[in-house]
Amino acid sequence: MMTRNAKVGLLLLAPAAVLLVAFTFYPTVATLIDSFYSTPRGRRPSEFIGADHFRTMMADPIFRIAMINNMIYAAVIIPGSMGLALAMALLVNARIGGRALVRLAFFTPTILPMIAVANIWMFFYAPDYGLIDQFLGLFGMGGNNWLGQPGTALWALIVITIWKLAGFFMIFYLAALQQIPPSLIEAATLEGASPSQRLRRVILPLLMPTTLFILINAVIEAFRLVDHVIALTRGGPNNSTQLLLHYIYQVAFSYWDTGYAAALSVALLLVLALIALVQFGVLDKRIHYR
Amino acid sequence: MISLTRALFGSAALSLIALSPALAQTNITFFYPVQVGGPLTAVVDGYVADFQAQNPDIKVEAVYSGSYTDTTTRALTAARSGTPPTVAVLLATDIYTLIDSGVVEPVDTWIKTDADNTWVDGFMPAYLASARVDGNLWAVPFQRSTAVMYYNKEAYKAAGLDPETPPKTWDEMVEYGKALTTRDAAGNVTQWGLGIPGSSNAVHWMFGALVAQNKGKLSNEDGLYTFFDTPEVIGALQYFVDLSTKHGIHPPGVQEWGTTPSDFLEGRLAMAWHTTGNLGNIRTNAKFDFGVAPYPGNPDPASVLGGGNLYIFEGASDEEKAAAFEFIKFLTSDELLADWGIQTGYVAPRDGSWETQAMKDYVADVPQAEVARRQIAVSVPEISTFEGQRINEVLNAAIQSALTGQATAEAAMQGAQAEAERILSAYR
Repeated sequence: MMTRNAKVGLLLLAPAAVLLVAFTFYPTVATLIDSFYSTPRGRRPSEFIGADHFRTMMADPIFRIAMINNMIYAAVIIPGSMGLALAMALLVNARIGGRALVRLAFFTPTILPMIAVANIWMFFYAPDYGLIDQFLGLFGMGGNNWLGQPGTALWALIVITIWKLAGFFMIFYLAALQQIPPSLIEAATLEGASPSQRLRRVILPLLMPTTLFILINAVIEAFRLVDHVIALTRGGPNNSTQLLLHYIYQVAFSYWDTGYAAALSVALLLVLALIALVQFGVLDKRIHYR
Repeated sequence: MISLTRALFGSAALSLIALSPALAQTNITFFYPVQVGGPLTAVVDGYVADFQAQNPDIKVEAVYSGSYTDTTTRALTAARSGTPPTVAVLLATDIYTLIDSGVVEPVDTWIKTDADNTWVDGFMPAYLASARVDGNLWAVPFQRSTAVMYYNKEAYKAAGLDPETPPKTWDEMVEYGKALTTRDAAGNVTQWGLGIPGSSNAVHWMFGALVAQNKGKLSNEDGLYTFFDTPEVIGALQYFVDLSTKHGIHPPGVQEWGTTPSDFLEGRLAMAWHTTGNLGNIRTNAKFDFGVAPYPGNPDPASVLGGGNLYIFEGASDEEKAAAFEFIKFLTSDELLADWGIQTGYVAPRDGSWETQAMKDYVADVPQAEVARRQIAVSVPEISTFEGQRINEVLNAAIQSALTGQATAEAAMQGAQAEAERILSAYR
């Protein structure tokens, strides 16, 4: 017989459990199962094909390109957006003129939908008459086709993503900065610590819990944020801006190869699970929570 | 208790009587995309209201479903979950995907009377061809388009060219392009002669025109074979690449489809390849006198067809399908297609539409609109195969690798052909 407390406890857990099972655990398991079955097409029903999709994946050059691109994308965006967010937070936390206005300006990219952002940047990047090219044209360096050359297209998307994410992360850093007791900073100053020492020895360690939180979010965004790929390049030119999630979308909803898309999703899940393990396993131990 | 049951039965019987006129009514759903600018959902709602006024026993639920891709996704997802739309406007090139998924039904099942046959014969043969597979008519042409060349007449005058005679061959186009490409003192290009979109959502369409001009073709009629590594196709790609690398009249790299109209309006491009669907936009926003030209050839001119057809879905009852067929006939009458063409810029796919007074008035006002129609005689269907989207992506990536100098035209097309063979062999 369950005690009354246990019953109440289970009831309280139920809403969250139902949501998790319905929208996280069940889809994960279903995806895993689907990845071992062929895609049903017209008169040919789906059948068990073992690890065939995974063998296809290993030999699929576009999957390899998407994986490499996504690694570059994540490796630049995560530190880039976090560093910029911290710098902006420190700036607007200091006593500067027009502070509210600057905070608003930094936060604006966050409240714009990504598709709107992409359409704005499409005209920043437009060759010759775009904002960036007009500026570079003043120095005789115009005529760049940022989104139309494989060498620059991915970097052009990275810049947009950092611009979009930094303002959002800044809010968390700003909140954390304002939680730091002024007495700690004053004590450090009295001890003769220079501004850079205060930053490294006092402020940054106290920001670590926030940093971990932002890091996890940044990793998620680096694999999740592909709206601008759809709006700007659709993975082109020649797959140079192909990212994993965009490729999954293409395979699932343009090619209707749902079995292979499930296998690709399993690969993405594995990558994310691995990163999460490292984050929680290694970093968590090094962080001082107050 | 008995009185309660009786009351319940009584009210159920009453509501049945009340519902009976509604039961005689046939309900159909209609999914449609909007791919060009303007308040077009209101126009469609107006058509539906007119149809229902003429056919009080049919009720049409019109559902605006985003872009073509969104609409296809929605229709296929709905069909798989057992609630397909009765009628949908989907890309003409999706025909093999739809047949292969087993979700559409041939339209000719419903063509019975002489009047129906006359109606079918009224469509332009080029558009009808893209709806026929294995001897069946699977779809009805509705909002069709073709690719044309927009050109800046003032730039022509400034370059000493006759604004009334646009180029007719590839060589002439290069010659014109050279005259139209202007550079400043530092050598930077201030105006490019020509722009052909090369981005992933459009290049397979634009390239289809180049290939047809070079007397080649990208795919065969049954959608099972591609011809990417033939000399005609490789030659067309080489010409496309040469426009930029050899002749210096086309911007380097990949020209974006989405910004091409504004590139033209801003004067960055003196000639631009795009869809007739953009005529309205360019007409409204051009600050200079512009012309619309049919495509040139090597040596015979050719263009590609594009746009959407009406499909009837499996899974509805026969009454619903019959109602859907009536609705399709209504939507493709001469008058309605003429009106739809005027409102959107699409090419009405019936000769009869062009004989209506409304269309005659429109063409008198906007002579550029007629260029598309005159070009249809020399237009080919766009590439259409099984696994169409996947084959298109293979082709797009290969073209882009050549345009950006990562591969030669020959190597790129041979790679694409090998990949297309691998994908299509499963369907043969």
